[in-house]
Amino acid sequence: MAAFFEHFNFVVVIVLMMTGLFVVFATQNMIKKLVGLSVFQTSVFLLYISLSKVSGAQPPIIAKKDLYGASYGTGGGYDSASSSVPDSTYQAAEVLYSNPLPHVLILTAIVVGVATLAIGLALVVRVREVYGTIEDDEINKIDYNINLEGVAK
Amino acid sequence: MSNQNSQSPHIILRVVSKILIPLIALFALYVHFHGDYGPGGGFQAGVIFASAIILYALIFGLEEAKRAVPPSWVRICMSLGVLVYGGTGVATWILGGEFLNFTSFAPDSTHAAGQHWGILAVELGVLFAVTGAMVAIFYAFGSREPDLKDEDW
Amino acid sequence: MQIMSLFPEWILSHGAASIVIIPLLLAVITAVNSSARLAWATVLGVTALCAFTALGLLLQVMSFGPIHYNMGGWAPPMGIGYYIDGLNAPLLLLISVVAFLCTLYALPSVVAEVEPKKHGPFYAAFLISLAGLLGMVATADAFNVFVFLEVSSISTYVLVAMGASRDRRALSSSFNYLIMGSIGATFFVIGIGFLYMQTGTLNMMDMARLLQEIGPGDRVVQLAFAFIAIGLGLKLAMFPLHMWLPGAYAYAPSFFTAFLAATATKAALYLLLRFTFTVFDPNWDYIAIAVMILLAGMGILGMVAASLQAIFQNDIRRVLAYSSVAQVGYMLLGVGMATTLGLTAGYLHMINHAIMKGALFLAVGAFWYRFGITQVSDMRGLGKTMPWTMAGFTIAGISLIGVPGTVGFVSKLILVEAAAENGWWWAIGVIVATSVLAIIYVGRMIEQAYFKPVPQINDRPVRRNEAPLAMLIPLWVLALASLAFGIQTEWLMNLAEAAAQVLSAGSNTVIPGGAYALPAPIGGH
Repeated sequence: MAAFFEHFNFVVVIVLMMTGLFVVFATQNMIKKLVGLSVFQTSVFLLYISLSKVSGAQPPIIAKKDLYGASYGTGGGYDSASSSVPDSTYQAAEVLYSNPLPHVLILTAIVVGVATLAIGLALVVRVREVYGTIEDDEINKIDYNINLEGVAK
Repeated sequence: MSNQNSQSPHIILRVVSKILIPLIALFALYVHFHGDYGPGGGFQAGVIFASAIILYALIFGLEEAKRAVPPSWVRICMSLGVLVYGGTGVATWILGGEFLNFTSFAPDSTHAAGQHWGILAVELGVLFAVTGAMVAIFYAFGSREPDLKDEDW
Repeated sequence: MQIMSLFPEWILSHGAASIVIIPLLLAVITAVNSSARLAWATVLGVTALCAFTALGLLLQVMSFGPIHYNMGGWAPPMGIGYYIDGLNAPLLLLISVVAFLCTLYALPSVVAEVEPKKHGPFYAAFLISLAGLLGMVATADAFNVFVFLEVSSISTYVLVAMGASRDRRALSSSFNYLIMGSIGATFFVIGIGFLYMQTGTLNMMDMARLLQEIGPGDRVVQLAFAFIAIGLGLKLAMFPLHMWLPGAYAYAPSFFTAFLAATATKAALYLLLRFTFTVFDPNWDYIAIAVMILLAGMGILGMVAASLQAIFQNDIRRVLAYSSVAQVGYMLLGVGMATTLGLTAGYLHMINHAIMKGALFLAVGAFWYRFGITQVSDMRGLGKTMPWTMAGFTIAGISLIGVPGTVGFVSKLILVEAAAENGWWWAIGVIVATSVLAIIYVGRMIEQAYFKPVPQINDRPVRRNEAPLAMLIPLWVLALASLAFGIQTEWLMNLAEAAAQVLSAGSNTVIPGGAYALPAPIGGH
């Protein structure tokens, strides 16, 4: 049971992933398929985000006061403080940060997901205009004769 | 969408959104330019900016929105964004660095000024592209004639 | 290296990045272009430039060894690195040359198939698809692979759906492809996530090095391999996961079908090879078993089942699409043997199949362009009404069967040799049997064209109506290539052997010692 709660994020990810995949395969409705696909992709986003958490760490934003000394921000930003940042200041400023990289990756993956969803929905709109239905099995039924004869309208 | 008179039932929505839309746009710019120092950046800013235009379209109608932000501008905005991003990379090529090696903008800087300029330029490209893409997707779906009425569902 | 002086300096120093960036940037210019002719000319110029760059890269790899390119000047594993070696340089050349030929062909065919208003965005989507394919082949960053995979896939869905003005089934096919393709890409990215979890890096070579330290016993890495193999299996139409392919090939605009058939599955297969043999270690037990059972086993099943399905199709493009699934089976069989000879055979067949399937689909597009033919039974008399097109089709067709003197024969012969070397006699039997099946499904079309009378309209035979020159030239370039490389086998063999060498060297030797020093922190000095 302890393992369950320790890895609660993975449990959530797996449940969402399987829900999404099941919806994609089980439904005939194209919109619902896209919903399932989105849930499936979202589970992967969660997987990545939960990877980046370092326990006890703070958000990955550099506290500039630590880095550049107290004079940071006066007299024109970086320029005033830049010339003399000794290496020791760098080391002194070492704080435990969460890993920012998965966030950036997932930002990209979200964009990809949005683009896929937009294309998918656009296709559904066109399918609805052409066939008058968005159920996969009904579309197959409509096209059945065409598929047999192989001649399209 | 011609009934812009005060008889319209949505007067509160209209007044409130008229106040909010400039603020949303301004906040988008804040998120963009502050992306260098804290959470934020071109992508988030682009989405926020697009949401201002989309809110306008929701309240005042798609036709009004298309008069304010014509679809041809949106397409150019998208392309311009990618060109700004890529153009930054090409500029670094010309300056003798690798693709997107911002250091070549200011190779002698002691505080990575080139990185600051470069990332702002790139994020500006992202801002344009994301704004354009979001509004374009909204226009594409919004301007489709619905082929079935409410009672058909 | 006299020949290297032909290439300008920037190709040698920035070629690895520019081959991806140039189509991407010019795609957006094409997208806002209202003149169809100008859009086409842009695409032609871009693809020619890409092919030239790819040739430069290939020669550079062949004479000076692998190319490393650090995006943004950030050295891997911190930054995104591009890495060109003997395995992916030929593929870059193949993709860009096929893109160039297909663009040449597109001028008449797109005018006939796509409404003029949409030409700009249409060509833009094609360029983005090309950039995505080149990007996923050139990059050495695992997550970047996913991004480019999706860049190319999403524009492919759009382009397949553009065939709807010709046949409405393009819409539902494109939707199915979108669902399957997205699931495949998501599986792939889950696998990358697990690898990142265990290694903390996304650079493929760095990953390979760290995976060696972790060793074969790690469950998460095993899971990662499973996800990556299935995800890429979907993308490359490995046998039971190929259901999206016939629809997508059959209803896309003709020129894009040719491009898709010649390149898309090849790029995915390349990724599978890259991950299985150089990121993971093929000597690990579970990888070795997966390669043998999954790749070779599914390859064999695919060869038989898809060839049988091809025989029973009426639509010409569906016949060729099922044949593509079968041909992917040959490649997987060669790869599944995991010997240098087997890998050579698989890689060679990958290139050869692109040449002959490209030619076949280009010819089929020409049949539709002149006579609106989509069915095998409608092909009667084509030998007289379109003699040049049909001759090109026939050359590529007999190459697909594997008649001596063609490229198809060369790669099948090496595949048989590799199987014999491994003692897989039953595999040789299957190769011969499926070649007989290929004779049936190709022969059926050739028989219709040459041995059936020309159809009559109003009691008079249909007049000779040859395809325009812009269609004939790319078709014949590919058809002649399939003859030329079938006779002069050395050049392609060298490429394939170099690629197989990279693969059989495995993950132990690709890491250049000390090349991946951490970059100095920015701003410090």
